[in-house]
Amino acid sequence: MATVEHAAPLPGGRLVIERLVYWYLLAALGYMAVSLLGGLLMALQLINHNPLSGIEFFSPARWRMIHTNAIAYGFIANSFLGMLHWAIPRLTMRPVLSVRLSYFIFAAWQVVVLGTAGGIVAGYAQGVEWGETPVWIDPLAQVGLLLVMINFLSPILKTKGPMYVSLWYFMAALPWTFLTYGMGNFLPEYALSGVGSGALTGLFIHDLVGLFVTPLGWGLMYYFVPILLKRPMWSHGLSLVGFWGLAFFYPLTGIHHFLYTPIPMFLQYGAIISTIAVEFVVTTVIINFIGTVWGTSGEVLRNLPLRWFYTGMVLYFVTCLQCAFQATLTFQQLIHFTDWVVAHAHLVMLGVFGFWILGIMTYLFPRLLGAEWYSERLGEYHYWLSAGGMIVMFLDLTFAGIFQGWSWASLQLWEHSIQLSIPFWVVRLFAGLAIIAGQIVFGWNLYKTWQRSRVGSSAMALAEAR
Amino acid sequence: MFESRSGVFLIAGVGFFSLAFLVNAVVPWMMYRNQPEQTVEETLNRNVLRQIQDLSDRYRESFAKHFGEPPPKPERTEPPEALAEKWGARDRFFRTACAEALRLGRTVYVGEGCWHCHSQFVRPVSNESRRWGPVAKSWEYNNELQRPVMFGTRRVGPDLSREGGRRGNDWHAVHFYHPRSTSPESVMPDYPWFFDSVGTSETTDEYGRRRTERGPIAPNKRGFAIITYMQWLGSQLDDYGHYDSVEAMPIQENRR
Repeated sequence: MATVEHAAPLPGGRLVIERLVYWYLLAALGYMAVSLLGGLLMALQLINHNPLSGIEFFSPARWRMIHTNAIAYGFIANSFLGMLHWAIPRLTMRPVLSVRLSYFIFAAWQVVVLGTAGGIVAGYAQGVEWGETPVWIDPLAQVGLLLVMINFLSPILKTKGPMYVSLWYFMAALPWTFLTYGMGNFLPEYALSGVGSGALTGLFIHDLVGLFVTPLGWGLMYYFVPILLKRPMWSHGLSLVGFWGLAFFYPLTGIHHFLYTPIPMFLQYGAIISTIAVEFVVTTVIINFIGTVWGTSGEVLRNLPLRWFYTGMVLYFVTCLQCAFQATLTFQQLIHFTDWVVAHAHLVMLGVFGFWILGIMTYLFPRLLGAEWYSERLGEYHYWLSAGGMIVMFLDLTFAGIFQGWSWASLQLWEHSIQLSIPFWVVRLFAGLAIIAGQIVFGWNLYKTWQRSRVGSSAMALAEAR
Repeated sequence: MFESRSGVFLIAGVGFFSLAFLVNAVVPWMMYRNQPEQTVEETLNRNVLRQIQDLSDRYRESFAKHFGEPPPKPERTEPPEALAEKWGARDRFFRTACAEALRLGRTVYVGEGCWHCHSQFVRPVSNESRRWGPVAKSWEYNNELQRPVMFGTRRVGPDLSREGGRRGNDWHAVHFYHPRSTSPESVMPDYPWFFDSVGTSETTDEYGRRRTERGPIAPNKRGFAIITYMQWLGSQLDDYGHYDSVEAMPIQENRR
């Protein structure tokens, strides 16, 4: 692993609020743990081995919503906010608008996430998938996202001259996230009903992934990959194609979540065509990143953060290729409503963005703590347990989905589809346990590294005192 | 333009988002703007009202506690005016109770995450219309209880959009309490918090000590609400009766 280097401080104050980055990443890991436990509870329920059965506040169905919301708003959003605090000041050579505002946003966002969790556990979820945030928290989250946008846009707008690719993604993602959240959480609740609200919630589900998670994730990849490889992106032209293609096609795909519903058919066709177009755009981005790493003689395998990134990119290509097929009406007949979709969602949220985040954390924590990782071997265990568990879970649920679809289409009794799923769900449980074990290893490694950093810093303080 | 701040912010950030919003949200909204949204009261029909009366008869004490005592059924011998007035009062009572139960029922359906394992639309493919009934149509969703719509994206359990009338209220009560007692292969969680015990009784145990035992359980308000909501789903369809094949257990008078 590369030696630890600190950001060159600007004259007149520090550029990056490193403590805040550290807090964001720790908060993210905490919510990830909660989310994993929620997933575990639901996995146990599906094989009828729920140890907490019949306790209202541990209802697996409520914890399923905690599972998704803690990943989206707890793990991914906190990680990205922390990483933006690391990347944007370095890209612009300017600090964010206000340090005090940054700390306020951090606190407010934790209130939003914990409030969401509390509201869902108490049974007050909102009926929007990926937006189950109780309605009384939505305004706070909306204001928080506005402040996030102002805080980060300030340094970007103050710079002169051309912007680097990462900043295109960040600059577009900030208003997108704000607009998407408002659209999905307010309009179907207060303005629209029926089929129209169905189209809108489909748009929201997809915009949340496509306009919040995806651009921030890719922006960070365009930032960290060239730094780790110490070489520029392969093609600026492909970067342009990738960004503008994604920006145009991604938001148009929303309705593909609700094919064969009463939503007008021409809108469904439009969503399908856009989804296939996104796959072509994604291919250009992947080619660009493979071109960047080409000829580094296996750096991807030796460097652990890079390996996380490129594993995620390969899985991203798989996800999007899968998407181009599964969003067609032909595939939808069989796989809609099945575990195929669940496999797809896990692949994109954990296998792609989760892995990128874990890779960036692997890179950042030594720099934030000022100490090398306690054990590189534990880092390897973290990677292989997570990647292995993820791929097994993906294949397992994908096949489960196909069999479920066949069972339903052949008009078997409903119980038949449950019976055939049980073995797949058992495998899924163990794949999930492997992923959990990987994160426990990571947590332990982080704890020991933190201990080491304390020893290091107190020794340094002692030396300074003398 | 493609690499400038204003270009990225205005064209990609605001422009493309607005285009997608126009296509995926404004267009469907304009297409359905002439279909008025029904209130809960407007969606009430004979089928669901019959079910809530059945609930009030079946779980008399608990129902009275949560929704009030229903006006008594008139005797057949009463004069026609009194008969009409009494039936009218009963009808008004059940309509109010049913609307209240349905609003709460939807909240429970959302809050308990039912919609993550049960869908509410029938597709024209995969033999679904044979399994569930007629393919979903847009007018079915134009009511207050579909705000936002509960299409759902996963079916661990069956589709529920034509669930009304398929099974009796007693089946639903037992099933919500412990799904595997009626559906042995089910993986649905238990929902014992939809039920409370009604009253207490004094018993003497084997050592002669007097003990207070809690009475038999009956649905509580949330229980009535979610069962009513189940019976409402699809109850407004013309061919509702087509599904009414599972008879409920006859009501035993000594049951609470």
